[in-house]
Amino acid sequence: MIDKSLVVFFTASYPSPEKTVEFMLTASEAGADVIELGIPFSDPVADGKTIQESYVRTLKNFRVKQVFDIMKAFREESDKPVVIMSYFNPIYRMGVRDFVERAYSSGVDAMLVVDLPYDEAEEYADICSSIGMDTVFLAAPNTSEERLRAIDELSTFIYLVSTYGVTGERKEISPLAFEALKRAKNICKKPVAVGFGVSKADHVRQLIDAGADGVVVGSAFIRIINEKGGSAVEDIRKLTLNLKSGILGSY
Amino acid sequence: MRFGEFGGRYVPEVLIPPLEELERAYNDLKEDEKFRRELDYYLRNYAGRPTPLYFAENMSRELGVKIYLKREDLLHGGAHKINNTLGQALLAKYMGKRRIIAETGAGQHGVATAMAASLFGLEAEIYMGAEDYDRQKMNVFRMRLLGAKVTAVESGSRTLKDAINEALRDWVESFEYTHYLIGSVVGPHPFPTIVRDFQSVIGAETKRQILEMEETLPDAIVACVGGGSNAMGIFYPFLNDKVELIGVEAAGRGIETGKHSASLLAGSKGVLHGMLSYFLQDEDGMMLDTHSIAAGLDYPGVGPEHAFLKDSGKCRYVAVNDEEALKAFALLSKKEGIIPALESAHAVAYAVRMAEEMDKDSIIIVNLSGRGDKDMGIVMEMMA
Ligand SMILES: Cc1ncc(COP(=O)(O)O)c(C=O)c1O
Repeated sequence: MIDKSLVVFFTASYPSPEKTVEFMLTASEAGADVIELGIPFSDPVADGKTIQESYVRTLKNFRVKQVFDIMKAFREESDKPVVIMSYFNPIYRMGVRDFVERAYSSGVDAMLVVDLPYDEAEEYADICSSIGMDTVFLAAPNTSEERLRAIDELSTFIYLVSTYGVTGERKEISPLAFEALKRAKNICKKPVAVGFGVSKADHVRQLIDAGADGVVVGSAFIRIINEKGGSAVEDIRKLTLNLKSGILGSY
Repeated sequence: MRFGEFGGRYVPEVLIPPLEELERAYNDLKEDEKFRRELDYYLRNYAGRPTPLYFAENMSRELGVKIYLKREDLLHGGAHKINNTLGQALLAKYMGKRRIIAETGAGQHGVATAMAASLFGLEAEIYMGAEDYDRQKMNVFRMRLLGAKVTAVESGSRTLKDAINEALRDWVESFEYTHYLIGSVVGPHPFPTIVRDFQSVIGAETKRQILEMEETLPDAIVACVGGGSNAMGIFYPFLNDKVELIGVEAAGRGIETGKHSASLLAGSKGVLHGMLSYFLQDEDGMMLDTHSIAAGLDYPGVGPEHAFLKDSGKCRYVAVNDEEALKAFALLSKKEGIIPALESAHAVAYAVRMAEEMDKDSIIIVNLSGRGDKDMGIVMEMMA
């Protein structure tokens, strides 16, 4: 799923389910290799202001099951891999098995639960594996070698958080990210994608040059949607093309 | 560690190492003679422990049972919160952290944190929902006077739950030099255990005092439950005794109105703020807005140990609405000359209610978790 890949994050149903599908298709056509679909949550402790704002606005009129409708509509036109990114409570509340089954049958390829470290994930991981849903776990610059190995075991790719902090655009990639990437690449067998704070083509190139198998960009896209709402399509295309040039080396 | 199925450590991976560091430090220090002596010194000489167990003569005569009040309202800062903030601030100091962050609702925990930080020479930043920040101007001023930075949180419902979110976001960035001094028996492991242990001094003293005064254990102990720290503190040393332990949640405008904060009585299992517990949430797992006249009870969740004690039947949980709490607030003020915090008034109200059905000379202990000075504004408005 991840090999010099650009992963693009969208908030589900923001500003509407239809628009989300359109954004996902636009990004896919412009060069996104994987789409990450975030489920809005009332208490997103791992997210910075930009994504928080998209969640607050979406929650005024949102049901979790819209995520499955978005997926079905997207699958009619694209087979690009989709990873769901969620906090645990909406999944727990629906029932883990129920949620994973519905996600799987609507075409979701993998799930990443931000606040479910692997120590708490035994039952969840068993359910996912019995259904055929791939799982992705977070790693951070302070994750021990022992934990990295366990995360590697359970993940289809590793989502490495670039810094000590929440999601959000940053001027520079933290030096922590490069150290952590080197360590993760040494220890893990699975591909490593780096996210949090990645927002420019230059960031993308630096990380790919440093050995990242993928990069995840979220807040830079969501900021555009916060500003332009449904008419963000053209800007999303441009940003995707631009970020992709950081991978292709042609910018 | 879990309490039955409840508790756990549901946090982003980056917080696992700081939580492990905290757990190791706490396990070492809780047995450490020097640490315990130092904490004991400050609890006595700075906070004012032990607090009296007061036989409330007039209330007892009126109700026909023996009512005792555990006077946590007499502590420095005016509430039980200081037991925990002194413990954790000292822990932070031993861990070499130079900064403390905390969330606060009404401002009681924020004030107690600011005091402890000032005492131990630590930097303090207190997160407070913007709504509470506007409602509780006096406590904002107190915290600033005590040297803390107070940051209003504009996100989400702009109340206590959002202040916790923001404190967690801060901690993710700052854990290398910052301790998160959480204010109740909530959050990821080991917080619920640490806070319960530091608050257990309430129950340990109470047990000694009641045995001295009555030569028997009480029939019942009543405490209000927001996150649940004053209740856990007084219950814990009695868990294996034949004493009825009753936690009182806030029924707000009535549980049927949806405007309340009774997560144990009306909530469902969920995961938030690092713990599996009971929460007030919608069908999709989004947290609901809560209400109580007592800002300290206005939280959509509850500590995981209470969830466990409820499901295992070891403790009983009930709810008291705004109106009943206000009546008890007035009653205790008038009968005993003691103005309780609105939070504690919930416990008083339930003691009054249950007294009617108890034998004469039954002993009820009410944990008077705080004093009511902070509530004068709200009560004046309500009684006008
Ligand atoms: C006086 C008082 N009692 C009780 C509480 C509720 O907290 P807990 O349930 O953790 O004791 C508060 C919280 O602010 C408080 O100030």
